[in-house]
Amino acid sequence: MDSKKRITWIVRIIVYLLVIAFFYWTITNEYFNYITENIDQFKVLVREHLQIVGLSSGMALLVAIPLAIFVTRPTFKRVESLVSTLVNFGYTIPNMAILALMMGFLGIGFKTAVFALFLYSILPIYRNTVAGIQSVNTSLIDAAKGMGFKPSQILFKVELPNAAYAIIAGVRTAVVINIGATALAYLIGGGGLGNWIFMGIKVFDNSILLSGAVTVTLLAVITDYLLRAVEHIVVPKGTKR
Amino acid sequence: MIEYKDITKVYGEDVKAVDDVSFTVEDGEIVVLLGPSGCGKTTLLRMVNRLESITEGDILLDGKSTSNLNEIELRRGIGYVIQSNGLFPNMTIEQNVTIVPHLLGWDKQKKEERYQKLMKLVGLDVEDFRKRFPHELSGGQQQRIGVIRALAADPPAMLMDEPFGALDPIIREKVQDEFLAIQKELHKTILFVSHDINEAIKMGDKIALMKDGQLMQYDTPANILQNPANEFVTQFVGQDRTIKSLSIHMVNDIYSQNKLKENKKLAKQVSLNTNLRDALGAILESKEQAVTVVNGQNETVGSLDFDGINQFISELTS
Repeated sequence: MDSKKRITWIVRIIVYLLVIAFFYWTITNEYFNYITENIDQFKVLVREHLQIVGLSSGMALLVAIPLAIFVTRPTFKRVESLVSTLVNFGYTIPNMAILALMMGFLGIGFKTAVFALFLYSILPIYRNTVAGIQSVNTSLIDAAKGMGFKPSQILFKVELPNAAYAIIAGVRTAVVINIGATALAYLIGGGGLGNWIFMGIKVFDNSILLSGAVTVTLLAVITDYLLRAVEHIVVPKGTKR
Repeated sequence: MIEYKDITKVYGEDVKAVDDVSFTVEDGEIVVLLGPSGCGKTTLLRMVNRLESITEGDILLDGKSTSNLNEIELRRGIGYVIQSNGLFPNMTIEQNVTIVPHLLGWDKQKKEERYQKLMKLVGLDVEDFRKRFPHELSGGQQQRIGVIRALAADPPAMLMDEPFGALDPIIREKVQDEFLAIQKELHKTILFVSHDINEAIKMGDKIALMKDGQLMQYDTPANILQNPANEFVTQFVGQDRTIKSLSIHMVNDIYSQNKLKENKKLAKQVSLNTNLRDALGAILESKEQAVTVVNGQNETVGSLDFDGINQFISELTS
């Protein structure tokens, strides 16, 4: 236990030092000046990026959670393995390939990017929601049933609250991956911060490349913290150990 | 009153889980469904609130067929306690206890009064536990909450599926005693599943002994111990049934037959409502190999020794 703690601390300090060194390097080289010099374009790119992430994640949430609830109802248990296999198969396709594939069907542009990333975000949310609901102790369901809960009350008062932790974890994973994947949207004309990253690569310019890449990373980190705050509010206190 | 009328349950083609079972649980009685695992006792219990379907026959609750009642309303009107207590980890103790009243739409004040009354009933602090969560409680405390949660809407009947099975022996004894004391006040009609003959003897007004879906014997614990109906019952209650039957008879039973010995001032004394097992223990521990018997007013009414108990038991079993 003690040595484990020590290792955690050492790793943490090394990471902090690396981050400080990285920012020292970038700032002394004035790489981020590219942002202040192009602040208007920066704002547009960040807004596009967040729009793609927000829309695709939001839609994924609206599809994946109801779908997971649907397949875990006693009446529809039989379709669960079918749907899960399908969704899992979808996830084995690399996100780059999905973007390319969607471009083939829908052409280039913002909408295609949103749609492709929406498809890609469904799985982590769906899989965690199903696992969360299935891991709710069956004796709780039995007790609830025996005391006269209606099926909807079992879902909202027992299953979802006790699966909340797993569901939010799935949402966090999906959104954070999505922020990174959205950088690829530029490749099919979807816009976003991928614009600077790929331009930076093309013209071999560190300041353009890093202004894009570091911003994407910060967006991911900040979003993860925000979702942790949501988790703190949404997950019932008694289910946290 | 719960009446089982010719209940049969068949799984698939011809696997009979329950085979033509009939018996009646009278008002205010505890009936223990007893038997080895797989004998159909839990299935039988779960038929009452329709968690299990019935292939043939009918169960009447206070004279009304349960098959015609609305499932949800039926269940809300029957207390339900399970072995692993089934407390909801996402709800506080207060929310757990008042969940059925909440479903029934009771107002806040009525729920609060009920919560306080129930917590006092099992001797748990009203304020101390209110905002705590189930995982913060000991096993015994959790099971007590499980029991009062089932009592919350004051249902006339309760179903208890091995409610104390997960508790360690010492805590179990204590919770059993507490529950019997509560039952003495509340007079609920209770069906109680157990696989433990000692628990059945202690808790049951009557025992329904099951084997392979069939009812072997339905009788009082005393009669099951003294007059087993068949070979299986004899085996199930075990070789030590005489000793077991000691725990269901009181010193009072000997007193009421006027068979206590003359008044003597002895070192140890027992009261009239001590069971014979404990009385025998006291006799064996005492120097004089006998104990003084006192009544509720602490007046000596006689004395008891080993012969007295022996004679009483041999008369019962003969």
